[in-house]
Amino acid sequence: MVLKKLFSKTEEKFFHSNTLQNNERHLGDYIFHNVTRLFAFFVLGLMLVMFLELFIESLPSINKFGLSFITSSEWNPVKDKYGALPFIFGTVYSSILALMIALPLSIGVAVFLTEVAPTWLEQPVSILVELLAAIPSIVYGLFGIFVLAPFLKNVVEPFLQTHFGFLPFFKGSFYGFGMLSAALILSIMILPIITSISRDVMKAIPDSLREGAYALGATKWETIKIVLISSRSGVLGATLLGFGRAIGETMAVTMVIGNRPEISLSLFDAGHTMASVLANEFTEATSSLYVSSLMEIGLLFFLITIIINSIARLIVNNVTKKYGKIA
Amino acid sequence: MKKTTFFSLFILIGTMLVLSACSDKPSKPKTLKLNGAGATFPYVIYSKWFDVYHKKTGIEFNYQSIGSGGGVRQVIAGTVDFGASDAPMKDSELKQVKDKLGKEIIHIPTVMGAVVVAYNLKSVGNGLKLTPGILSDIYLGKIKKWNNSKIKSVNKDKKLPNEKITVVHRSDGSGTTNIFTDYLTKVSSNWKEKVGVGKSVDWPVGLGGKGNEGVAGLVKQLDGTIGYVELAYAVQNKLNYAILQNKAGYFVKASFNSVSAAAEGSLATLPYDLRVSITNADGKDSYPISGFTWLLVYNKMENKQKKEALVNFLNWALTKGETYAEGLYYAPLPEKVIELSKKKIALIK
Amino acid sequence: MEEYNSTKYKWRIRKSNIAVMFAVLSALLVLIPLFLILFYTVQQGISSINWDFFTQMPKPVGETGGGMANALVGSAILVLLGSALGIPVGVMSGIYLSEESDSFLPKSIRFLVEVLNGTPSIVIGIVAYITFVVPMKSFSALSGGIALGIIMIPLITRTTEEMVRLVPSTVREASFGLGIPKWKTTLHVILPAAMKGMLTGIILSIARAAGETAPLLFTALGNRFWSTNLDQPIASITVFIYDYAKAPFDDWNRQAWAASLVLIVFVTTLNVIFKIISRKRK
Repeated sequence: MVLKKLFSKTEEKFFHSNTLQNNERHLGDYIFHNVTRLFAFFVLGLMLVMFLELFIESLPSINKFGLSFITSSEWNPVKDKYGALPFIFGTVYSSILALMIALPLSIGVAVFLTEVAPTWLEQPVSILVELLAAIPSIVYGLFGIFVLAPFLKNVVEPFLQTHFGFLPFFKGSFYGFGMLSAALILSIMILPIITSISRDVMKAIPDSLREGAYALGATKWETIKIVLISSRSGVLGATLLGFGRAIGETMAVTMVIGNRPEISLSLFDAGHTMASVLANEFTEATSSLYVSSLMEIGLLFFLITIIINSIARLIVNNVTKKYGKIA
Repeated sequence: MKKTTFFSLFILIGTMLVLSACSDKPSKPKTLKLNGAGATFPYVIYSKWFDVYHKKTGIEFNYQSIGSGGGVRQVIAGTVDFGASDAPMKDSELKQVKDKLGKEIIHIPTVMGAVVVAYNLKSVGNGLKLTPGILSDIYLGKIKKWNNSKIKSVNKDKKLPNEKITVVHRSDGSGTTNIFTDYLTKVSSNWKEKVGVGKSVDWPVGLGGKGNEGVAGLVKQLDGTIGYVELAYAVQNKLNYAILQNKAGYFVKASFNSVSAAAEGSLATLPYDLRVSITNADGKDSYPISGFTWLLVYNKMENKQKKEALVNFLNWALTKGETYAEGLYYAPLPEKVIELSKKKIALIK
Repeated sequence: MEEYNSTKYKWRIRKSNIAVMFAVLSALLVLIPLFLILFYTVQQGISSINWDFFTQMPKPVGETGGGMANALVGSAILVLLGSALGIPVGVMSGIYLSEESDSFLPKSIRFLVEVLNGTPSIVIGIVAYITFVVPMKSFSALSGGIALGIIMIPLITRTTEEMVRLVPSTVREASFGLGIPKWKTTLHVILPAAMKGMLTGIILSIARAAGETAPLLFTALGNRFWSTNLDQPIASITVFIYDYAKAPFDDWNRQAWAASLVLIVFVTTLNVIFKIISRKRK
């Protein structure tokens, strides 16, 4: 109310002083428009500056290692040799694992919210799911260190090894900290974004489609299948956005992944991601080549997220055009 | 309806303001603030020193333990007033400081510490013995199980479980790692060849933990682990740590006496700039993985107030401060080193 | 009738039931981690929450008790600094985007905003370190605030654009009809009308910034002392949690949980406010 009054006061002032010349008015428009444009360009400039700075800082490493930087898996500060492959692998592997866990669940929840749940339940459940997205990364990390990792080490990992130890994914010794815990934490963190976009897409599917299916004698599942098929591009976009988020996640992963540059399929082994190596080593690196190599990891990291997010956005935007605003 | 939302916003902002106003009392006008960053090895005693010194003089030394590598890096970048490291700076690093900032770095030893090999084995408990050979083999990944015959041969009285050894090391650049790998390099040619010495190295096996506290945390949490941490962290966390065989062949437990013994053994060869390694020292009482830790200060400081505060603090630390050392499981410096350090402090301008 | 009782039909029904079961189960399964996290945070953290926790300074290692007054105020300062950058840039560019037709330039800026939204915060932290910390020769609250501000921009831009677009064109036309210039219409008619929606974006972005850790590691660093100086390192709740979680001291771990509890309560409150406002809008 207070604010409203304030606004009406200022409005009054301007209504009374409304004896401006036409050209003055245009001048005002001109200035205002350009000021807003300036701010919008700030974003453009920001991205450019970020890219350029990372690029310049990583030049020594680019010159020294060239392409071998992304194909070599040796990360050895003593010999001043750097290869980013373990980090790229760790980033992609942990994110794919996270997706494999999160995707079916997210679709399940989205189906639950749009097709199964009674209306009164829909709102509270989706609020709770979105609350998962609101919890800061650092809290997930704390939970990972003190609750999830010990639980995995004492219960889950021994079980997996005794029953599925023949698979390459469950070989080696287990510590609780490692790929598995990172993937689990990541999957919880990306669930909300995949769920909410998928839900919105499914909601946007016209009811006539469902009614038509039922009228033809389809069961609930068969109807859901039709909804799923028609919303597949939206779900794909949502998946990619979730993937992008998983790749960019830093703190929680750093706290549970074990921080070891190793390429191993085993979920029990410790790993390292591009984000976690930056968090661990960026303030520490002393030799200039070391720093530059970390900068190059930052640059690659930046580029990868840009590419994935761009593709995801393009898909989601296309879907938005079809069904109206989604996310 | 509108009213309630705005109202709740105002309340929120209000409480934030009130909260910040409430807690405004610790702030004093114009306190002198110095920023430092670096080693985690001496963090316990530094935080004690800075706390005591703050209460005494009101001067704030904000010290962040980001690792020795970080300390050296920030000193080179000039983003801190002083750094701290458990590994002396290399010549190339000193040259970088000179090129970038036109200053020189003075190494001031503050305390000595021992890096202990902590382990977590419920069935063994205290008193595990290790030889240099066993230790390097474990960290090279050659000895994989606790009931390995080599470990058995020096621990005949212990029941060693048929359990895998989980090796823990530091994931960040660290002076503790430098001391530890310096030691392994001296005792194992295999290690020297494959890994070498450094603040961060390419580890053949193991899990990484960030900081002394990170490694201690992992060892504390997981059974069957072994990890190297600074003595104070092992004691604070009630971790068991191994009795190591020294150069003379005696099994020695880490204590400030055995660390001082290691320093005594190296006094004769102390270089003028005080950058020296005392691992694998001579003498039958010497604990083999001992080291100095240094504060890295510039020889020139623009801010005279800060310079004076730092000089006074350093002199205080080397006299009064040293008395806190033993209570916090650091070995105090030998008299001769303190003398040399004070001469160095006088060089700060 | 026979056909409805055929095994094929039964199988279809069973399959359908399984699918529905899966959906219900996944909804339940997803809520488990949420409750676990909330449960543990409250259980572990509540015992350390007292008046001292909010008003005292951290104690050195080995002394129990102490609080995180400096971190609370530090976080508030950092978020305020972030808002000082993020809100104007976000709102202004949002207005620009909403008023432009769909030509190439605004389209690409809109796209860049989305991309910025997906940029990992640690990369933003590194850039802030290169740009501000190294030349200024000091870790500082300012550099941390700027990093947070950059993180806040995309959310604010997007909601502002959406909300301004939602204001009915009749309002705009009425204002033009009275002879009011476009910029005044925007500032004094459109913006107040879109205000509540924009607030939700700002609230959400504040919640996000308050929970960020990664960009602060290289910029605001941390501070064990009281500091409100913008050119000095400053403490923050999130870095406080990170430091205290790694520490092997039980008392510090407990304080990390307590700080998490404070952070969660703060962030959830902002989110609930957001939900209330945005629901009323609909």
